Amino acid sequence: MAVTRLFGASVKRREDPRLITGRGSYTDDIKLPGMVYMAILRSPFGHARINRIDTAAARRHPGVHAVYTAEDLEGKVNPMPCVWLLPDSDIKNPDFPVLAKGTTRFTGDAVAAVVADDPYVARDALDLIEVDYDSLPAVVDEVQAMQEGAPQLHEIAPNNVNFHWKFATGDAATALRDAEVTIKQRFIQQRLVPNAMETRGAVASWNPGSEELLLYVTSQNPHIARFVFSLVNGIPENKIRVISRDVGGGFGSKIDFYGGDALTIFASQQLGRPVKWIEDRRENFVATIHGRAQTHDAEMSATRDGKITGLKVTSYANMGAYVTSGPGPGVPTWLFALIVPGCYTIPNYACDVYGVFTNTTPTSAYRGAGRPEAAYLIERMVDLLSDELGMDPVEVRRKNFIPADAFPYTTAGTLLYDSGNYQGTLDKLLEMIDYEGFKREQAQARDQGRYLGLGLSTYVEVCGLAPSKAAGAMGFQGGLWENATVRMLASGKVVVLTGTSPHGQGEETTFAQIVAEDLGVPVEDVDVVHGDTGAISMGWGTYGSRTTAVGGTAIRLANLKIIEKAKKLAAHRLEASAEDIAFDQGRFYVKGSPQKAETIQNIALHANLAWDLPEGMTPGLEEQSFHDPTNFTFPFGAHACVVEVDAETGEVKINRYIAVDDVGVVINPMIVDGQVHGGVAQGIGQALYEHAIYDDTGNLITGSMLDYTVPNATQIPFIETERTETPCPHNFTGAKGVGETGTIASSQAVVNAVVDALTPLGIRHIDMPLRPERVWRAMEAAKAGQANGQTGQ
Amino acid sequence: MRQTIRVKVNGVERENAVEPRLLLVHYLRETLNLTGTHVGCDTGQCGACTVQVNGEAIKSCMMLAVQANGSEITTVEGLASGGAYHPIQQAFWDLHGLQCGFCTPGMMMAAVGILKRNPNPTDAEIREQLEGNLCRCTGYQNIVAAVQSAAAAMREAGVTQPAQVHSGAAGE
Repeated sequence: MAVTRLFGASVKRREDPRLITGRGSYTDDIKLPGMVYMAILRSPFGHARINRIDTAAARRHPGVHAVYTAEDLEGKVNPMPCVWLLPDSDIKNPDFPVLAKGTTRFTGDAVAAVVADDPYVARDALDLIEVDYDSLPAVVDEVQAMQEGAPQLHEIAPNNVNFHWKFATGDAATALRDAEVTIKQRFIQQRLVPNAMETRGAVASWNPGSEELLLYVTSQNPHIARFVFSLVNGIPENKIRVISRDVGGGFGSKIDFYGGDALTIFASQQLGRPVKWIEDRRENFVATIHGRAQTHDAEMSATRDGKITGLKVTSYANMGAYVTSGPGPGVPTWLFALIVPGCYTIPNYACDVYGVFTNTTPTSAYRGAGRPEAAYLIERMVDLLSDELGMDPVEVRRKNFIPADAFPYTTAGTLLYDSGNYQGTLDKLLEMIDYEGFKREQAQARDQGRYLGLGLSTYVEVCGLAPSKAAGAMGFQGGLWENATVRMLASGKVVVLTGTSPHGQGEETTFAQIVAEDLGVPVEDVDVVHGDTGAISMGWGTYGSRTTAVGGTAIRLANLKIIEKAKKLAAHRLEASAEDIAFDQGRFYVKGSPQKAETIQNIALHANLAWDLPEGMTPGLEEQSFHDPTNFTFPFGAHACVVEVDAETGEVKINRYIAVDDVGVVINPMIVDGQVHGGVAQGIGQALYEHAIYDDTGNLITGSMLDYTVPNATQIPFIETERTETPCPHNFTGAKGVGETGTIASSQAVVNAVVDALTPLGIRHIDMPLRPERVWRAMEAAKAGQANGQTGQ
Repeated sequence: MRQTIRVKVNGVERENAVEPRLLLVHYLRETLNLTGTHVGCDTGQCGACTVQVNGEAIKSCMMLAVQANGSEITTVEGLASGGAYHPIQQAFWDLHGLQCGFCTPGMMMAAVGILKRNPNPTDAEIREQLEGNLCRCTGYQNIVAAVQSAAAAMREAGVTQPAQVHSGAAGE
């Protein structure tokens, strides 16, 4: 199929007109007749025993319809299920009850719920619930939680170990023992709060007559929600319709399923009327999943001339108080460990991961999910190795890159990288940044006592999440295929149904481009429907940069079937055989006679009228396809960050940020650039600003936007973007996915730049976030001659 | 204890009896069904709820409905006029200034406020003055470009005031 007109065009987004006029329909915008409002009382303690809950005053409060505690749910609402059961590990999954039974295990653990006429009244009534708690000792740090004598969260998980999971290729221990050079570093991946601008929430409407549930929920994967809540609330899956139309950002946090949603459904069933529950931001900070929160001990071995021979990683992953109903256990294991070797030929590799329970909000997927942690680790280690060897970081990377002619390439992570040219993106980057020129500028700056630095990140990610077989092998309790229906109406307009669930990524436009391209219809005539299980038979949602790579390919396959059928009808109408019919830009004609053509719109009309179809042809022009890729995709690239660190204050200023990415075939460059900008901003957020901090009692002291820095417009620099294009060889769009690229690539570019800037002080590493105080302390300690490795706070 | 307020919202006179504690954003969203104005936080940080009250961009989660009594309010639903987008809407669309769209109404209302004070801002000035509006999707780059583009369009058209409201966008 010719890739011509619409691929590569920056078509303006189809979703924007409703969003710029205030006519979107986010979950909180839904109002149903007779709707009442739910609010949830959450534990203010990191760890506590509940002695008694007195709801009498709340129940008596005017306007209150119901108050629920754990005992009301007994036998009616099941605990939230773990959906990622790691094989070959000793994973222990304690029940995660929708309302806490006897013990609360993190600040934000749900204790009771109120349903009232209006959200203000519901909040008033929460204040009238008396809970008698005994606070218990808490532990919040993943390394401390494994120590002897640490407070224990769950009886079934001694020493708070949720799982111990291992991965190895070759013999890393021997490589390290026999190495000419070894380096070692502990890295802290600080805890982050996803902070989608729209908080979580749901509107549930139970029809007691038909026993059907209509659920509006802000989700990245409404079909899985249908399945999960059928299990949790005991409603047959075919009696549930889930709608997630406009979703105000997710970044992974809306993959998971939440007890609050199950409670909303339960309340609607109990009351026989629609119930709405919407988190406020404070609630979102404690009740919606967190990301990262891992500690990594890394060791690398190499030859003196810079060839990496081995890598060993021990990871402590903070799972929070429970395993979430989402990708939680998959993030620090499969999604991290397999991609740690990055762009490099590393023969010996071992990774041990401990999942650890703590008295904190559960962790799960936050943009990149495991892969930013992996890219950070390997790219920091390569820079540390360069420093150790006194070699240029560019040289060390060159020496160890998987060569462009080696693809497909099986890595030490046992992944089969599809295609790549790592040297190509790095060369382009070095040219854009004028690497040699920068070195001269840096030398001059150093002479003036200024701290100027450049950081590189050459990354590869595993994206386009599929195939289902791999999902099964990894213990993910779901599939990763996609489904698409392309329907041509009698008027020639096109409806596309996709099982992916975009929420800002722009696939209403990208997918319309794919269909317009293939069928030769105007892009304006294509309408993409997503996020409605009543309209779309099945799909696994939007995450893991899979939407265009997997969902887009499913659409192309449906387009092919449409063309095949339409061609037969065109042949019939043109009185020719199908083999003699050509199809070009929406017109069918007998080869060599393009002047007499049937448009695809006219074929759609006659397929729908069905007055005169060829023998054996069924009416209508609608095709569905199911697509399960044979492999992941592997986008890659090279990013550079130039910083100056203020000698007096430690403040980091980004002077330049350049992203050279290769995400395969680009369908809409404007949208792809936008994804890179946003991804990089989140990576810079982790590198410089964001940090969720608990005190020792399990109190989240950065529990609002007052205390937690979601970067604002002054804190994110202008981002220069450039691309190379290496098509994905195993899918039908050639696209590899771009949703996570920026985040996976960027944090280490910033940190490498800061460490490079501070090299004259002998600083080797500072843990994120590189806030002025932390950098200043490291600089002061270094100046005092105390710099030896770890210099974080 | 309800108090009666009279306001003009997107050009339409409104009179409602409201609780004194009702936030302006909830009055707009729940009483008037103008759900284009969003709630993104509860501490005045995110700016998703930004509207114009008497021509000033304000965060409607930081104001009580009763405090707005007697004022003229413009929400995102009232930005377009005469069937045409306001230049800021056009620019956000043209330059991909939005992704999930949740912060967008507040971002655009804040931007209109900036351009009213300073019709010819630098990129740095735009970034500084958008400090009170958070976006998690775009990295702000295309938002800044959109505000610049709208500024140029408004200068060219001689528009110095934000668009006045038109009927039909006043909710229910």
